[in-house]
Amino acid sequence: MSLTAKDKEVVKAFWAKMSPKADDVGADALSRMLAVYPQTKTYFSHWKDLSPGSAPVKKHGKTVMGGVADAVSKIDDLTAGLLDLSELHAFTLRVDPANFKILSHNILVVLATVYPEDFTPEVHVALDKFLGALSRALSEKYR
Amino acid sequence: MVEWTDFERATIQDIFSRIDYDVVGPAALSRCLIVYPWTQRYFGSFGNLYNAAAISSNPKVAAHGKVVLSGLEKAVKNMDDIKQTYADLSVLHSEKLHVDPDNFKLLADCLTIVVAAQMGADFNCDVQAAFQKFLAVVVSSLRRQYH
Repeated sequence: MSLTAKDKEVVKAFWAKMSPKADDVGADALSRMLAVYPQTKTYFSHWKDLSPGSAPVKKHGKTVMGGVADAVSKIDDLTAGLLDLSELHAFTLRVDPANFKILSHNILVVLATVYPEDFTPEVHVALDKFLGALSRALSEKYR
Repeated sequence: MVEWTDFERATIQDIFSRIDYDVVGPAALSRCLIVYPWTQRYFGSFGNLYNAAAISSNPKVAAHGKVVLSGLEKAVKNMDDIKQTYADLSVLHSEKLHVDPDNFKLLADCLTIVVAAQMGADFNCDVQAAFQKFLAVVVSSLRRQYH
């Protein structure tokens, strides 16, 4: 399920449209993930406040979307481009890769609420593939 | 037995009273066929599913989307015994339709996204949690009679 040229075009175009709101999208997606999939809270026991829209959630949403933006710019070779991030997640953070799918789903839900007209099925499939490829690249160094 | 809070019950009734079944059903099914193309395997008799435009305008897909959503209504009306409500449908999907039950989650995810798009900001964290819990119970009930 690798990204076609068309997929990459669609992802880049949609990213350009949504990048002004990227931080808000990140914060909202993270908030939803923590609320709808409470098992994900286990990775953030060091935060004072895990409620939707809290300061640590907002800050971390920004960090995560920064990573996604980076991935968009390296869309032609995600595995190489995300090597450092993969090492971080594999050796330091040790996030179970199943959670990448969960966060990806919540990013898509937020995009649907914020861009109901633009988040067409064609955009949806391209972004779902992209986030899947991103997740695989992030899992690269795990074992 | 699934425990539902008052908020969850109210939220599910509210969502299903707000959405237009004739729009949401077809939208969710066609999105599923587009985003997860392998699900098309169950619809060989539906005619033209060659691309997103064809799927979105296919009348059989639209009709079937409405059937699926009406099926969901049974659960909305029987939230305290969804397992029993769907026992026969589960047997149907297993023995007659031979649907891989992993597909139920794919359709549920597409439905979540379509409802999110309809409701916008009203589809907040707590509403999403209630809706996904409801769909998870539906999916689990539909899987239950497979053997």
